[in-house]
Amino acid sequence: MAGLATTFGSGAMTNSINEIENAQVILLIGSNTSEAHPQVARRIFTAMDRGARLIVIDPRRTLMAKRADIHLPIRPGTDIPLLNAMMRVILDENLADDLFIEMRTENFYGLRDMLFRFDLEETVRLTGVDLARIRAAAQLYGRAQKAVICYCLGITQHVCGTGNVQAIANLAMLTGHVEKEDTGVDPLRGQNNVQGACDMGALPNVFPSYQQVDIDDYREKFERAWHASLPGQPGLTLMQMTHGGKNGPLKAMFIMGENPVLSDPVSDRVEETLDNLEFLLVADIFLTETARRAHVVLPAASFAEKTGTFTNSERRVQMVRRVIPPLGQSRTDSDIIMDLAGRLGYAMDYESPAEIMEEISMLAPIYGGMQHDRLENSWGLQWPCWDRSHPGTPFLHKYYFTRGRGRFTPVVHEPPAELPDDDYPFLLNTGRIYHQYHTGTMSRHSALLSREAGEALLQLHPEDGRRLGVRSGDLLRMRSRRGEVQVKAELTETVRPGEVYTTFHFSEMPVNRLTISAQDHFSQCPEYKICAVHLEKV
Amino acid sequence: MHDVLTTCVYCGCGCGLYLHEHRGRVTGSSPSRNHPVSRNNLCVKGWHLHEFIHHPSRLTEPLMRKNGRLTPVSWDEAMNCAARELGRIAAASDGKAVGLLSSAKCTNEENYLLQKLARAVLHTNNIDHCARL
Repeated sequence: MAGLATTFGSGAMTNSINEIENAQVILLIGSNTSEAHPQVARRIFTAMDRGARLIVIDPRRTLMAKRADIHLPIRPGTDIPLLNAMMRVILDENLADDLFIEMRTENFYGLRDMLFRFDLEETVRLTGVDLARIRAAAQLYGRAQKAVICYCLGITQHVCGTGNVQAIANLAMLTGHVEKEDTGVDPLRGQNNVQGACDMGALPNVFPSYQQVDIDDYREKFERAWHASLPGQPGLTLMQMTHGGKNGPLKAMFIMGENPVLSDPVSDRVEETLDNLEFLLVADIFLTETARRAHVVLPAASFAEKTGTFTNSERRVQMVRRVIPPLGQSRTDSDIIMDLAGRLGYAMDYESPAEIMEEISMLAPIYGGMQHDRLENSWGLQWPCWDRSHPGTPFLHKYYFTRGRGRFTPVVHEPPAELPDDDYPFLLNTGRIYHQYHTGTMSRHSALLSREAGEALLQLHPEDGRRLGVRSGDLLRMRSRRGEVQVKAELTETVRPGEVYTTFHFSEMPVNRLTISAQDHFSQCPEYKICAVHLEKV
Repeated sequence: MHDVLTTCVYCGCGCGLYLHEHRGRVTGSSPSRNHPVSRNNLCVKGWHLHEFIHHPSRLTEPLMRKNGRLTPVSWDEAMNCAARELGRIAAASDGKAVGLLSSAKCTNEENYLLQKLARAVLHTNNIDHCARL
């Protein structure tokens, strides 16, 4: 999100999901849409039925790649040179939107100078994609009147994640593909309320609505509202908290509804960190791998047992409603937090979630007009929504970017932290599958979903399978510099020779024991998409 | 038996759907016909969204580690211990040795309260969630 924030000013989808149906060209990069975002994939297929063309940039031959008009099977971690090459083609062939660049952006010459020094042949060598295909994709995208770029964690989970996003933003601005309906740059958010958790300031550097903690005006505003003195230094990020190890910076943690033991890279390090805490408090609906290590575990209510709001990927804030009371003795997380605050000597007495939302709307300008009574009687509202008469914002950056002018940020290739070598000859990529979700806390407790996909499989090209003497269903020992797991092979041409792919949903096969903790310098997003592994038949 | 319109808890699409309640249990789900995202359609996870809610291994009572084992205790005992330990460590380190992880699975209201707890009560900006994962 740091990438879009520095170029456009807002780290969120610029369009609504439904607008994708009306695009003429859809460029999909680092997104396995049909498995991870089925409703977005449905919009893409509708658009294609209406004549839209699809470009897919993905190392794997996913379902989306098979349906694409142009598939660019990129070598993992080389998105920046590929995007730069597309931009160079757009410049060379006069497909740039000069008026848009002049009126709405800054630092175009910085980008242009970098692109003119750029060697197209070098790109072919780095990305493994031939120039004719890159040229065809650039022409298709550059000539479209309405074009949408959708990207996901395949872009951000790299050491150069922020650079990747900036390159995408450059491409969109170069061709004027922002600011309009049905046209824009759309990061697809992986969790139901990850957008909301960011909006609410569950981040170490910002208060709700992205008001920085180290800017005095903002901090004073919240100090007045909350009647407390507040720290002005940005805090530790998730990786700094969970990877401190024995002598880490923390002595106590409160983890609410997350499972870092399975979800974070280098699990051994996470376990060491948590086990060395003086006090670990976990609130969750199941006894997760993380909760098992806690000193106190609080039973939380599920989403069916509470009222509140979620914010989806298109910035739509919508109601979650209580269907049944909390099971057993479980309590909602708000009740838990209010009780805890009370015992710590700070009164948090809210009658209802609606009252909490009232307070949010007063302090978070982008949620200014969002109160439960308005959300109750609509399909939700999309931020920014400044006041009670504001109808919400289906697409961003109309007339001007959130930051004023859009800023071109030239970026160059940065190689992945760990590439295959003689000892670890395979490149491991991780992600999700259709029937399971994240660390499986919810989806693995569903009978049907577990029947459909009950165990982790490692996708392996048949050629590699032959070389290793492995057939589908055989057990493999997979080892990286950080750890080892056993996993069943699935031979498929979805992956290319030398590259393997698996999921992180299953605690029996904790693939994050193998992944690397190298991370993007700006967003500190770990490089889940690339590490080197060794394979052998068990 | 009644149906309640709510929002799916899996991916970021945010489908509007109905949960079916029957005698105190959530028994099924179905898409909202007019919701702008779901438009009468759900993926396999949405159709089976209700299945984990009443799973027998749901946590239903507070647990506290005693002699190395997690043992059921009263809310009062669990919360007193939690408040005492978090308060003690936060006070001794001026908030620097305490960290909180919020959740992209929780509501906006709950995320707001947790970061308020971190900043106003425990005096720390050490709060984050899995946005990067």
